[in-house]
Amino acid sequence: MSVFLDHASTTALRKTAKTALNDALEMLGNPSSVHSQGRTTRELLEASRDALAQACGANRSEIIFNSGGTEGDNHAIKGIYWKQNQQDPTRRVIITSPTEHHAVLDPVSWLAANQGAEVHYVKLLRNGMLDFDDLERLIDQHSSQIALISLMWVNNETGVITDIPRVTELASKHSIPVHSDAVAAFGHVPINFAESGLTAMSLSGHKVGAPIGVGALVVARSAKPASLVHGGGQERSLRSGTMNYSMAASFAAAAGEAVAELGKEMTRVASLRQKLEQAVAQIVPDVIFTSADAERASYNSHMILPGTQSDALLFLLDQQGVCVSAGSACQAGVLGPSHVLIGMGYTQQEASACIRVTLGSTTDQSDIEAFTAALAKIYPVALQATPA
Amino acid sequence: MRVLAAMSGGVDSAVAAARAVELGHEVIGVHLALSRMPGTLRTGSRGCCTIEDSMDAQRAANKLGIPFYVWDFSERFKLDVVDDFIAEYQAGRTPNPCMRCNERIKFAALLERGLSLGFDAVCTGHYASIVDDGAGNLELHRSLAMAKDQSYVLGVLNAKQLEHSMFPLGATASKDLIRQEARDRGLSVANKPDSYDICFIPEGDTRDWLKDFVPTDPGKIVDTEGNELGEHDGHVGFTIGQRKGLRIGKPAADGKPRYVLEIRPKTKEVVVGPEAALEIAELSGARYTWCGKAPEAPEQEFACEVQVRAHGDTVKALAAVVDGELRITLVEPLYGVATGQTAVVYLGTRVLGQMTIDSTRSKVTSGV
Repeated sequence: MSVFLDHASTTALRKTAKTALNDALEMLGNPSSVHSQGRTTRELLEASRDALAQACGANRSEIIFNSGGTEGDNHAIKGIYWKQNQQDPTRRVIITSPTEHHAVLDPVSWLAANQGAEVHYVKLLRNGMLDFDDLERLIDQHSSQIALISLMWVNNETGVITDIPRVTELASKHSIPVHSDAVAAFGHVPINFAESGLTAMSLSGHKVGAPIGVGALVVARSAKPASLVHGGGQERSLRSGTMNYSMAASFAAAAGEAVAELGKEMTRVASLRQKLEQAVAQIVPDVIFTSADAERASYNSHMILPGTQSDALLFLLDQQGVCVSAGSACQAGVLGPSHVLIGMGYTQQEASACIRVTLGSTTDQSDIEAFTAALAKIYPVALQATPA
Repeated sequence: MRVLAAMSGGVDSAVAAARAVELGHEVIGVHLALSRMPGTLRTGSRGCCTIEDSMDAQRAANKLGIPFYVWDFSERFKLDVVDDFIAEYQAGRTPNPCMRCNERIKFAALLERGLSLGFDAVCTGHYASIVDDGAGNLELHRSLAMAKDQSYVLGVLNAKQLEHSMFPLGATASKDLIRQEARDRGLSVANKPDSYDICFIPEGDTRDWLKDFVPTDPGKIVDTEGNELGEHDGHVGFTIGQRKGLRIGKPAADGKPRYVLEIRPKTKEVVVGPEAALEIAELSGARYTWCGKAPEAPEQEFACEVQVRAHGDTVKALAAVVDGELRITLVEPLYGVATGQTAVVYLGTRVLGQMTIDSTRSKVTSGV
């Protein structure tokens, strides 16, 4: 039986999400149909929208169901950029950070390469926290030319939390829309869309115990980003396509439960993480917990094991039945150095010697013990492993 | 044994891994990412390290029920194989990158990493056999399937590397049998086309590919007496024995085709001449290795056979180590051998050793 400590990549399906999905799959009817069957599935979809809105502190009409975080990030970034550009062609600057998820970095680079966007990256402190002085400088410098700011709420690798209300406050001086990728935040740290001042926020279902393939872009009522998908005009005409009420119901059920349990769960996993990090420090005396002094999500432990290589660590731990992760792998499966650590100022070598251990609702003390036992066994081998 | 099965995504390495599993070894599949851009899709006849190959390898590993990983050797591959390939051509030689890859990547970098991670051997889908000589020495031999024999490109392996290598396909009589076995095992790669060409030159045109790395550097095409016959836009990419693409306007006096006889990087000259002038009498090189146990007295001339191309003929020869060089005197003729090529020395089916050819002596001594 393997030990799963990779909950940030995807986490276990919650029973409530499974039940909601199964029940919905028994139904028949297109939510857009005018007949009784259609009204039944529409009711389920709208009830799910209510529940999800409540879970993230948004108005129900602000929830645009979609396929997940990557779609939401693409939609928000391209949609807001295009809209802004249409209204004022001089607004071409995008501000983001080098440690964003590729679902943000890549659409931003695409806009730069193909649509004339000018991108500026906010500096980060060594611990992964945003350098607000630099952000303020960039905002003042480019002011009314800024089309969009996109900064993630919780970093998916390090778990570092960004003070989003502080970002939106700085942006409000020049009426700059702010998007946040909140995929790693939702259900793991308290977030509230209404209080955040955000224009848009991306959520993903499978990070909170729903199936992979459902998410939502929360879009402020006042905003109308351009659509990526045109068609039947569903979802405020922002995302056409037959509405997937089954997955929406499952997502809403999982999100509701995750948020309801949040306070208790944060305390529980924080305690487990503390034990984990203490045990790791015993085994690896020179371990660096990359964001230990930053405000970070309690389910995440990101560490550099100097003198090792991520792919060897992952391989050896996998051999012991322990699932963790490192930076992101390309499509062919090649693990690269963590762009997040590079963005924080670490060297290529350090960025290639890290692992991310993430806890979830199914994690207990025995998982931590199994992980530390495996690490103790493989660490000396990893130190000796010839670099590729 | 704990075995690291190098899985390219092709049928041979998949069947080799399957056989290693069946022999009772603890097998783990590894796909080597060798390209600097591992995310690229196949374009030409092949491309190692493409998404498709990596996925094909993974599917095969899943079918065999073995763990599978992708390991990135792209930097090592660039330094040790690709850069070497370019440098050799720039020096007027004709390198064999597959051999370099075996020497420095598969049975060096990968093997070392495997050993340090607790593995005992690297298993590949090469057609070759490892045989115990009865006295505890391992020997590399040709595969039973002579048409597919790859012992030539493994000639660089030394005794220690042989100890940690496994070639489960060596005793199979033909590639058709391997494909049939792959079908029987339900491997999706059973009908995948054979790969040929150089993996990092997917379009197969070496000279065209080299243009991106080597600046145009025009020079003269001359005959053996120094008469200018034409011009070329760079000596890099020409190879000894080449006939096509010389663009010489004037025909030879005897009306017969002319071939590249020599490349002179210093003077940028490409020397051409008749086919007869391509006949080689002797090969020598200082970079030679013994595959397994070295001969007792290599300085005493011994009879052997020699092969200078991966799928070339084997000819009879006499070899001896003279003044730190391996010198091979040909008994039967070889034509158009380039420096930089590898000469593999055989004793019957056994690979005795190999050398990188530093110099060749033509059978025709005077200009023709």
